[in-house]
Amino acid sequence: MAFPWAQPYEPKNDFTRWIDQRLPLPRFVYGAVGGGYPVPRNLNNFWNFGVLAGIALTIQIVTGIVLAMHYNANADTAFQSVEHIMRDVPQGWFLRYAHANGASFFFIVTYIHIFRGLYYGSYKAPREMVWLLGLVIFLLMMATAFMGYVLPWGQMSFWGAKVITGLFGAIPLIGESLQTWLLGSFAPDQATLTRFFSLHYLLPFVIAGVIILHVWALHIPGSGNPTGVDVKGPQDTVPFHPFYTAKDGFAVAIFMLCFAAVTFFAPNYLGHADNYIPANALSTPAHIVPEWYFWPFYAILRAFTVDFILPAKLWGVIAMFGAIILLFFLPWLDPSPVRSGNYRPKFKLFFWILVVDVLILGYVGGAPAEEPYVMISQLGTIYYFAHFLIILPILSRVERTLPLPNSISESVLHGEKAEAAPYGTPTAATETGSVVPSKTL
Amino acid sequence: MVRLIGILIGIGFVVVAGISLITGVITHLTTEHVEDAAHALHEEPRNYDFDHDGPFGRWNRQQLQRGFQVYKEVCASCHGLNLVAFRNLSEIGYSEAAVRAIADQWQIQVPSINPDTGEPAGRNALPADRFPNPYANETAARAANNNALPPDLSLIVKARHGGANYIASLLTGYRDPATYRDHHGQPVPEDIRPGQGLYFNPYFPNINIAMPPPITADGQVTYTDGTNPTVDQMAQDVAAFLTWTAEPNLQTRHRAGTAVLIFLIFASILAWFAYKNVWANAKRTVRVAGPLDPENMARREAAKDESGIAG
Repeated sequence: MAFPWAQPYEPKNDFTRWIDQRLPLPRFVYGAVGGGYPVPRNLNNFWNFGVLAGIALTIQIVTGIVLAMHYNANADTAFQSVEHIMRDVPQGWFLRYAHANGASFFFIVTYIHIFRGLYYGSYKAPREMVWLLGLVIFLLMMATAFMGYVLPWGQMSFWGAKVITGLFGAIPLIGESLQTWLLGSFAPDQATLTRFFSLHYLLPFVIAGVIILHVWALHIPGSGNPTGVDVKGPQDTVPFHPFYTAKDGFAVAIFMLCFAAVTFFAPNYLGHADNYIPANALSTPAHIVPEWYFWPFYAILRAFTVDFILPAKLWGVIAMFGAIILLFFLPWLDPSPVRSGNYRPKFKLFFWILVVDVLILGYVGGAPAEEPYVMISQLGTIYYFAHFLIILPILSRVERTLPLPNSISESVLHGEKAEAAPYGTPTAATETGSVVPSKTL
Repeated sequence: MVRLIGILIGIGFVVVAGISLITGVITHLTTEHVEDAAHALHEEPRNYDFDHDGPFGRWNRQQLQRGFQVYKEVCASCHGLNLVAFRNLSEIGYSEAAVRAIADQWQIQVPSINPDTGEPAGRNALPADRFPNPYANETAARAANNNALPPDLSLIVKARHGGANYIASLLTGYRDPATYRDHHGQPVPEDIRPGQGLYFNPYFPNINIAMPPPITADGQVTYTDGTNPTVDQMAQDVAAFLTWTAEPNLQTRHRAGTAVLIFLIFASILAWFAYKNVWANAKRTVRVAGPLDPENMARREAAKDESGIAG
C-alpha cells in the first residue's frame, strides 16, 4: 500500500485464488498487517503499544459481551447481579475482574502509546490524521470507561455519575437542562443506568470502527520510526509479517503476564472500596474520586478555585476539556520539521518535565481536595497548559536541532545506535537490545 | 495563526490557574491550621497474619468455621449476610447434613406466606436460602439500634479500606476515651468524646462508632475445636470468615492465577525465542531470500502478469 516495493499478495492454492477473485479479504489483511506492509526496520519497543491497545480492546469486548449475558441493568438489582456474577456464574469472578482490570490496562497501554507519539512527533505531517483519529478513540474510551464504572451501581458509581454529569451543569444557561437530559432524570436513576448500559455496549464497537480508520490513515504514509526520518527505500523496511508480528507476539506475552498478575492476585488494587457498597442517594462518600486513569484530568478540574470573570467551577470544566481538546491542535502548535525528540535536545527536556507533570497531576487528582494537593495541582495545571500552548509553539521556532541521519538504514548500519534508541538514553537503551537489526547487520 | 491563538489561550489558562494558586497560597499562609482532632486520633489498621494473605494464600477452614461460629453467636443478631446462602457453608467444610441442620435451626426465620391463608408468615431456612436479614426493613433496624443502621456484612471486607485487618482491628479497638492516650501521649479532647449511644474506637474513620463493643471478654464463644477463644482470636476468626463471604473464590483465584502465570512465563520465553529467531535472519531474509531478492521479484512479476492483477 504505502511503498512500491511492498510485496503483493499471492494466493497459495486454488482455494485462496478462488476466494481472492471473489472477495479479496485475505489480500486486504495481508497488505494491512501481513507481509505486504513494509515497516521501518528500526522500531523500538514503544511501537508495540498500538497492537497492545488493540488486544486490550478485544479482551474488553469479549469479557464484556459475556458479562452482559448475566448483568441486569436495573437500579434495584444491578448491584446484586454483579455479585451473582462474582459468586454463582461459573468463572464469573474471572470475567468481571478481567473486565475491570482490563479497562485499567487498556488505559495504561494507551497512555504509553500517546506519549510515544508525543516524544517521536508521530502527530506531525503527514500523519496528522492518524493523531486526530487516535484522539477520537481516546475520547470514546474515556466515555465508555466512565459509563462502565457506573454499571455496578455501587457508591462510587452513583456519586461519580452525579459529579461528572454535574460538570455539564456548570455550563451557563443550558447547563442544568443539559445535565437532566444526560441523566434522563434529576439525579442518577433507572433512566441513567439503562442508557449508560446501552451506550457502554455500543461505544466499544464505535471504537473498533475508528481504529480501522486510524490504521487506514497510518498505512497511507506508513509507520513512523524513532529517527523520524522518512523511509527512503527498500533497505529501510522489513515486512510487518513475520518481523513485527514476532516482536509484537513477545510484547503481547509480557502484557498478558502483567495483566494476569494483577487480575489474579490484586484484582481490587486499582478499584475503590466504596464501590462494594450499594448505591445510596442519601449517603455521600467522604471522598468522591473517579478511576485512576481520570486523575490527571480530575486534578486540572479541581485546580481552579477562584471566580475570575467566570465561576471557578466553569473554569475547571473548560480547562479539563481544554486539556484534551488542545491535543487536536498539536500538529499545528508544534510545526518543527524535526519529528523525533532524539534530535531536539530542548524539546526532550520539556517532554520529560511533561511526563513528570502528568504523573504528579495523577497523584494529586486521586488525593483529597485539601492543601497542599490543591496547590500542587495548580502548579501542575499551569505547566500542562504552558507546555502545549506556550513552550512548544515558541520552541519549534527557536530550537537548534541536532543533525539528522541521511536515512534509517544509514543510522542502523553505521552503528549510530543512539539514533534508534528509545527515550534519549542512547547508551543504556541500546545495550538492552531494542535495536536488534544493528546487532545482526 | 494557530500558534498565536494557542499562546494567547495558554497565557489565559496560566493566568487564571496562577490567580487560583496565589489566592490558595495566601489563604494557606494567613489562616491558622488546626489539625482535625478526630483525624489525629485515627489509627491505621494493625497488620494481622491470615492464611489467605499473599499470592499463594489458602483458606484455613478451621478458622473459617470458628469465624462462622462467632458470626452466628455474636454478629448475626444485628448484621445480615444477604449475599451468602446456607449451601455455601459446604465450601468451608460443613457436610450436607450439617448445612441442613444449621439452616433449619437458624435463629431468624425466612419470610414466607402461610400456605392456607396467604398471610405473611415465617418458615425455617433451607440450604438454598440466603442468610435472612435480622430486621424486616431499614426502619426496624434503625429503631432497634438508636437510629444507626447495622450494615450487611457479605462484602464488608472488600468495602472497607484495610479489609480483614480493619475488621479485626475495629473489633478489638474499643477504648475508654477517658483514659485513652494517642501515640503522642495526648488524651482525647472533651468535645469529641462519644455522645449518647456512641463508643470510642480509634480504628473507626470518625473515631466514634454506633456499634457497641461486640466481643467483650475471652471465652464469649466456646469453640468446638478446642482453640482458646481470646478476644483477639475471635476477632481474627470472624475477620477471616468475612473475607470468605466477601471473596468466596479467593483460593480458586490464587490457584488459577498460579497456573496462568506459569503458562504465560513459558509462552513469553517461547515468544522471545521466536522473535529472536525471526530477527536473527533479518539480513538474509530481506536481502537474499525475501521480497527484495531479485529472483523473487522477477518471479512475482511473472505471477502478476499471469493472474492479470495489476500491482
